[in-house]
Amino acid sequence: MVKEIERAGIPVVHMCTVVPISLTVGANRIVPTIAIPHPLGNPALDLEEERKLRRGLVERALKALETPVDEQTVFEQ
Amino acid sequence: MIKVVHYINQFYAGIGGEDKADIGPAKMDALPPISTALNAQFKGEAEVVATVYCGDSYFAENTDSALETILGYIKEENPDLVVTGPAFNAGRYGVAAGNVAAAVTEQLGIKSVSGMYIENPGADMYKSKTYIVSTKNSAAGMKDAMPAIGKLALKIAKGEEIGSAEEEGYIPRGVRVPLWEKERGAKRAVDMLVKKLNGEEFVTEFPMPEFDRVAPNPAVKDITKAKIALVTSGGIVPKGNPDHIESSSASHYGKYDIEGITDLTADTFQTAHGGYDPVYANADADRVLPVDILRQLEKEGKIGSLHRYYYSTVGNGTAVANAKKFAETYAKELVADGVDAVILTST
Repeated sequence: MVKEIERAGIPVVHMCTVVPISLTVGANRIVPTIAIPHPLGNPALDLEEERKLRRGLVERALKALETPVDEQTVFEQ
Repeated sequence: MIKVVHYINQFYAGIGGEDKADIGPAKMDALPPISTALNAQFKGEAEVVATVYCGDSYFAENTDSALETILGYIKEENPDLVVTGPAFNAGRYGVAAGNVAAAVTEQLGIKSVSGMYIENPGADMYKSKTYIVSTKNSAAGMKDAMPAIGKLALKIAKGEEIGSAEEEGYIPRGVRVPLWEKERGAKRAVDMLVKKLNGEEFVTEFPMPEFDRVAPNPAVKDITKAKIALVTSGGIVPKGNPDHIESSSASHYGKYDIEGITDLTADTFQTAHGGYDPVYANADADRVLPVDILRQLEKEGKIGSLHRYYYSTVGNGTAVANAKKFAETYAKELVADGVDAVILTST
């Protein structure tokens, strides 16, 4: 799906936990996430801490969208 | 006697389903039914001496340490061959099965065989590093998969010559092997051309690899003015799953209006996705589809706006051709709606 969105001309960032699959699928901007059943959360944290964690990941995704890339790039930081 | 170790996931080990997918690696001396079935294929020429399993999520999330432990267990048995799977179209299981098989061969020098469906992501990742028997996309293909795996495994363990992918039933490995043809090249080429001109079927001797890569689009110039859309393969749907998106092998996607919604709650949204433990997403779907944060960012002017609709399907075992078709369709709508960028989340 990520490839078809890219093909349609819209920059797309893939947020996922299993980065090797994302690379195989052909995503160009990748943000690694927390865990398979809760990629953008962590139930062990309290609500406020969890939102902070999620916000950090979403902000990283936005940064990835603002970053020019010419090949598959994993945004670790 | 040829000694075989079998690697499987927590489900086939009889430990449990998705709720146990985060269980770490362990070795079983009493064989689970799937390993007994594999053993039966060897007809006394080889023996499954132990089964090693690991939870699929655990392996995906702790790959390095899990692999180290698994290789340790395998080494203790000093086997001649390791069989992994079959994983059919289970993505995490396929990646784990491929990874274990490849690592066993590369790091321990022990031969390996795996089995999975050609669209399993593990197939593309590990097909050149082990032998992956091509199976159907679900466990309904077990009765064909087991004999095929057993047969190839024995051949490999005995050091017999392994024929082409087509003859042996494994996924082509992209490895070239020199061989003598009956006819010389010029004649074969002309024969092929004649067949082509006559509209008859012919088989190329050098299939072109498929490189379906899409170049990255230019970056978003000003994210504070951009309209951002959310898309997910994590199956987040309004409570009750109004479009009945299937929990696996999804045949369609949903488009949902989130105007005015600032937070996804347990009362309003859920996941339709099978194959991962749904507890966390059902309690708070923002953990998969971060509507709450994007609303905050929208309010603070850090993004232009969050697109009114999000698109959702279930990635579990869904055919690549279907996923491609879904995205082709909704990507056109996203373009028509003036969406500047997409955040796609996967579980």
